[in-house]
Amino acid sequence: MSASLKTGVAVRRETGITPVHWAERYGLIVVWAAMFAVFCALRPNTFATWANFSTILGSQAVLVVVALGVIVSLTANDFDLSIANTLTLSSVIVAILNVNVGLPLGIAVAMAMAAGALIGFINGFFIIVFRIHSLIVTLGVGTAIHGIGLWISDSQTVSGINPVLSNYVIVRRLFGVPYIFYYAILLAAIVWYVFEFTALGRRVLFVGRGREVARLSGIHTDRLRWMCLVCSGVFGSLAGVLYAGTQGAADPVSGDSYLLPALAAAFLGSTSILPGRFNPWGTTIAVYFLVTGITGLIFLGFGSFIQDMFYGGALVLAVTLSQLVRGRQEQTF
Amino acid sequence: MTSQAFIADEPGRPPALELITLSKTFGGQKALDNAALSVKQGEVHGLLGTNGSGKSTLIKVLAGFHTPDAGSRLLIRGEEYPLPLPPGGARKLGLSFVHQHLGLIPSLSVLENMMLGRLADDQRLLVNWPAERRRCVAAMARYGVEIDPRATVSDLQPVERALLAIVRAVEELNEAEGGVLVLDEPTPFLPRRDVERLFSVVRRVAAEGAGVIFVSHDVDEVMEITNRCTILRDGRVGGVLTTSETSKAEFVERIIGRKLERHMRGAPGNEATLPAARVIGLSGEGVDAVSIDLHRGEVIGLTGLVGSGYANVPYLLFGAKKADAGRFQDAKASSDLTTMTPANAIRRGIALIPGDRANAAAIGTLPITDNVTMPLLGNIFPAYCVARNAMTRLALDLGRRFEVMPNNPLLPMNALSGGNQQKVVLAKWLQTKPSLVLLDEPTQGVDVGARAAVFSQIQAATDEGAMVLCASSDYEQLEQIADRVLIFAHGQIVAELKGAAISKTAIAELCYAHSEAFTTDMEIVL
Repeated sequence: MSASLKTGVAVRRETGITPVHWAERYGLIVVWAAMFAVFCALRPNTFATWANFSTILGSQAVLVVVALGVIVSLTANDFDLSIANTLTLSSVIVAILNVNVGLPLGIAVAMAMAAGALIGFINGFFIIVFRIHSLIVTLGVGTAIHGIGLWISDSQTVSGINPVLSNYVIVRRLFGVPYIFYYAILLAAIVWYVFEFTALGRRVLFVGRGREVARLSGIHTDRLRWMCLVCSGVFGSLAGVLYAGTQGAADPVSGDSYLLPALAAAFLGSTSILPGRFNPWGTTIAVYFLVTGITGLIFLGFGSFIQDMFYGGALVLAVTLSQLVRGRQEQTF
Repeated sequence: MTSQAFIADEPGRPPALELITLSKTFGGQKALDNAALSVKQGEVHGLLGTNGSGKSTLIKVLAGFHTPDAGSRLLIRGEEYPLPLPPGGARKLGLSFVHQHLGLIPSLSVLENMMLGRLADDQRLLVNWPAERRRCVAAMARYGVEIDPRATVSDLQPVERALLAIVRAVEELNEAEGGVLVLDEPTPFLPRRDVERLFSVVRRVAAEGAGVIFVSHDVDEVMEITNRCTILRDGRVGGVLTTSETSKAEFVERIIGRKLERHMRGAPGNEATLPAARVIGLSGEGVDAVSIDLHRGEVIGLTGLVGSGYANVPYLLFGAKKADAGRFQDAKASSDLTTMTPANAIRRGIALIPGDRANAAAIGTLPITDNVTMPLLGNIFPAYCVARNAMTRLALDLGRRFEVMPNNPLLPMNALSGGNQQKVVLAKWLQTKPSLVLLDEPTQGVDVGARAAVFSQIQAATDEGAMVLCASSDYEQLEQIADRVLIFAHGQIVAELKGAAISKTAIAELCYAHSEAFTTDMEIVL
């Protein structure tokens, strides 16, 4: 017994957190804090205001939800490129059902969520049953959904959604920060719990890292991958509902721009907190890191073009970093 | 047999390749410690050692992947070259490599693969395909190889792929005059008969004056093909042996640094006892209506030539491959094998230890803890709150029981040598106390020392009453561990050996005897 205890201690010491590990884990937070401080110093009257902080926290919560959806399927080693289109379609469904059809808000939201689940199911159907690569399927399905959104909304913005939604999403505040921020954090906490502390989450990780190993260990790999795709569809539509809440309206186009930032955040997030793995806290921090950078640059006088440059550059840099963390293994997707 | 004539040192003929005072340190640990290697022109030189002996580090220094420590020297045909070799430098000096994975692109044609290296740095604007095809055929013909240059590599037999890779490597040598061909374990996936074909090509290459470095785990193959051998142990030279003057026992002793324990088993009197389980009429993927009676505590070896179907039996039983027919029956229940899934098999107390460790048995990027506790998830740990510390403690304990080195469960699986990975995979499954253990090539790519550990774990499982089915093409291994050996040909069991009758030569004889009898029958029928 004492021997085993001793070895236990030895193991911990050997693999204890060295400065390098520490830098890897918390580097992103440190850089974020430094960037934040620089912007505060440069623009003390505009950037460094509570109003600005709470806007950043609230307005980007939708992106956090999308990015969490992205990491759920990525953990099972499937891409969901349709997630931003799911977001857009769901917000349009909420608006049309609530405004044009006149259904109660609750039912409209439920229908939108069901649509997200259905999209995930369809993605899974082609990926699992026909063994087609997820990149292809979700790219195609996403584009088709985009078309459906344009069709049912007649390419128009639908406004006038029941204000209760906006009220509970963006208007009401706790400690000065809109509710939506707490929803996103709650969701991240749930994803973290499931990934880290449940057998289910471990199985998803096994499926993503070694599909054949998982299958031969008795894990239902197809079922789990399918489930993750449905889950990311639901996250996408949840993001859509929240997005409708932040706008009080829905248009069939603007939500689509969430895809790239979400992927960038997912990969950047996989370089911190739990380096080498897609993880919800890293992802959440990455979202706010990216947004802080963009907001700061805009306050410094850059045009909104900086957004595309920043997100696009960040995606490539983030994947490069995550490759470095993983020791330059060949990407498997 | 081979011409194992000793190749004398000639003053006018310096060694094809010499490495002197070669050291390589990884983070304070010496992977190579003052090692040396000298390969004569026209010689096949074996390089042997257990996993972790420094063999692969040495090869990687030659290939220019690793920078050796200062003081390491490389001489090629008497001329000194600075280490590390620059990228592409090895090739310019006439060193050519064939690695275990051969470096072929399966979806391209033989000819395209043959030209892969040359096209890589060729500035020609027009490739004269007919001329290249003739050249390809001629190159292969020189070594007695006949492969259609238009064939797709994925359609070739494994041995043809290996031959293609070797001929391609030799072609690159010839352009550099003489040279050194490095064969880094080219044979583990080949059946005996094909190894012979490969060896005849290797002999011709050496006869043309090239030096050949032959890296292998297989002592028999080394004894058959090499003139001399350098043995590495813990990064140092454990001996330079002249093959024809060395016995197999001496080889093994030099490799592992101690005398080999024999795991000979006395056959338990199974005839009297009723079978504890039965496989009835199993068919599917190269297996045709096979029935096997299994007894508790018995190790049954499954073998035959490549393609005879024996290797699929574990996967069909486990539900990892779809069976067309068959039942598995034990005291508890009778299961239809056509609807068997891995999850069901595990519930029935069956465990499968696959042969393809990297892709099917263990996840290299995840820690040992995760790998070893995989089958327990949701069973002994509550599904809603996986106790990480308890899992690590369990992994540590298993690591000690299964002699995993180093026993640090937080390391990723990739950090372990092949033999130690296999110990983890055994621990992963044997901890579940399966009633039937299915093994596929359990010691492939496992060094001699770890082999013994694997065998004793299998024995421990049978001592507790497990039934074991072991598919293997390693006859010596079967001789050591099996109580019964079933020999397959064309999907069916054609012969059975028991107890004392099991020997390496008896198994080999039966494998070849039956396959040939069958082909003759076929010809008569046709």
